Amino acid sequence: MDLTYTEEEEAFRAGLREWLAKVLPGLPPKPDPGDWPARRAYDLGWQRMLYDAGYAGLHWPVDAGGRGATPTQHLIFLEETERAGAPYVGANFVGLLHAGPTIAAEGTPEQRARWLPPILRGEEVWCQGFSEPDAGSDLASLRTRAVRDGDDYVITGSKIWTSHAEVADWCELLVRTRPVSDEVPKHRGITWLALPMDAPGVTVRPLRTLAGSTEFAEVFLDEVRVPAANRVGAENDGWRVTMVTLSFERGTAFVGEVVACRRVLGELAREARANGRWDDPSLRRRLGRLNAEFRALWRLTQWNVSESERTGGVPGVGGSVFKLRYSHARQELYDTAAEVLGPDALDLSREWTLDRLSSLSYTIAAGTSQIQQNIVAERILGLPKNG
Amino acid sequence: MSAVYFQLSDDQRALQAGVRELLAGRFEREALRAAVDEAGVDGSGARLDRGLWRELGEAGFFALRLPEADGGVGLGLPEAVLAFEEAGRALLPGPLVATHLAAGTVPGAAEGQTVVTAVDGALVEWLDEADVVQGDASGAMPLHSVDPLTPLHRVHAVVPTTAGADNSLAGLLTAAEQLGGASRTCDMAVRYARDREQFGRPIGSFQAVKHLCAQMLVRTEVARAAVYAAAVTADPLDIAAARLLADEAAVRGARDCLQIHGGMGFTWEADVHMYLKRAWVRARRGGDAAAPEESLAAELLLPEKR
Repeated sequence: MDLTYTEEEEAFRAGLREWLAKVLPGLPPKPDPGDWPARRAYDLGWQRMLYDAGYAGLHWPVDAGGRGATPTQHLIFLEETERAGAPYVGANFVGLLHAGPTIAAEGTPEQRARWLPPILRGEEVWCQGFSEPDAGSDLASLRTRAVRDGDDYVITGSKIWTSHAEVADWCELLVRTRPVSDEVPKHRGITWLALPMDAPGVTVRPLRTLAGSTEFAEVFLDEVRVPAANRVGAENDGWRVTMVTLSFERGTAFVGEVVACRRVLGELAREARANGRWDDPSLRRRLGRLNAEFRALWRLTQWNVSESERTGGVPGVGGSVFKLRYSHARQELYDTAAEVLGPDALDLSREWTLDRLSSLSYTIAAGTSQIQQNIVAERILGLPKNG
Repeated sequence: MSAVYFQLSDDQRALQAGVRELLAGRFEREALRAAVDEAGVDGSGARLDRGLWRELGEAGFFALRLPEADGGVGLGLPEAVLAFEEAGRALLPGPLVATHLAAGTVPGAAEGQTVVTAVDGALVEWLDEADVVQGDASGAMPLHSVDPLTPLHRVHAVVPTTAGADNSLAGLLTAAEQLGGASRTCDMAVRYARDREQFGRPIGSFQAVKHLCAQMLVRTEVARAAVYAAAVTADPLDIAAARLLADEAAVRGARDCLQIHGGMGFTWEADVHMYLKRAWVRARRGGDAAAPEESLAAELLLPEKR
């Protein structure tokens, strides 16, 4: 066990800090959260800056246009960008963290050449069309149908919880290409397609969250034609193609957020001291315990990253352990923020009030806590399936 | 070459396996139950197995961190933490932490010849069996100890625990024991949930039981990351955090393990209660959770280090 950085890693960190200090003051002002085109432009602009500085696709393999950085360097990147207050990955999330890595791992050379460079250069936005109204936790039961017609697939169905759908160029879409039967289990009839969002028959309807904002959308597909050349992997092999990279989402996706939570925790303490609530020992102790919690989550992240280095890149189910604890801790953080704020906790113009509302999604999105507990119990602890 | 690599090294894995094997051979379930029978419900008959104590000494359990030039093993805090985790997993009795910390200063402690205990706030563990007592134990009165394998005395002239380096290390080694206990109770719960059948199937196939087990593992693994990191950095705040998380993992883990055992979990015959009682005893060492929570809170107001 070693927690010291190499000279190369420290040099990487120093170079990154220097660059961040130089470019961040020149960033345009943050766009209005409700202005989606402006958000797209802002997020893509940031991605272009990363590309020009050589930081785009840090963790992607070199032959996919990435820098082939070590997981530790990726961790340093996420840590330092968050610490410096750099823009969040935002609209580039699906492209950089899921669709891109999937294409890099499973796509043909032509597909890689077509789709990967625009992601890295900040030119195209991807969204994710996985969940459906009747296929949430039970994702493999999805029903959006794709029927082969000549060189095309013709797709009909609907998707839900699709972030950035309004401004995306592409959607990584899971469709059913073979009906479920006694011989065909539900996850053996799914295919992965790249859907151009401007194709005729695609309708996007924004969904309003409980926080009042439109963070994601429903996507309706009415006989949409997609070239078969847009299929990544074999027909009916889309479940495996997707799962190759889905576990990455649980590996390092929350690194920046843990750093952010630790920063917020410091802000909570200072706010509590300023407004007098710091004098309450039960609040102080609650904040102290949260400090322990987020320190441990940071260490668990380092543990998981080192483990993926040791086992050769694929993060284990340890990501589920992390996500279970982190999502709960984040909610506890903003519940504590409400205690610090007192009456102001009911004021939507306070940032922490909105963050408290947003935190409610954490135990639901990307696998509910209940599903995650099933995964931990069955795949790590070996308890029998079929509850 | 030095680099961030937060996983056990091959040598550390070997050490972990070695200690586990030693304890499995020397303090298996039968030995544990025999010791409990001898001790009685309240620990009044508890005796330390001096032969086992010497074997631990010979194996380097106490001299682990002493330099080789002084007859020690020359290893560091991470290795000590791994050894204490195994001790906690096996529910090994005795003032292990105090004796380990006395190695090199109290003659015979390193070799397992001398049993050393220490006054900890208002309590002293294993006073009657110890050869050397650190701190003022005058007027100590025996308690009916909740843990049969940790006889306790109450000291009425309470000396406040000082925040010295040794106390911090004692906290870390205690956290390591708690981690081992948490990990063990998780294993026990999972095994029972797989074997025990009701309604014609293993109770571990019911989600209510599965989720209890999953949470036990989550608490254990979060505590493990905190405890191992504190062993590497030896930073007092990392140790405080490790302490809080390991206590939680051990106490709640034992509680949930008991619950999963159902009626059997409430019996003397099942081992679960002993894990819970030991976890309670360890959680009291160095005082309650207030001090580590307050120091971790105070840190939030410091200007950022980096």
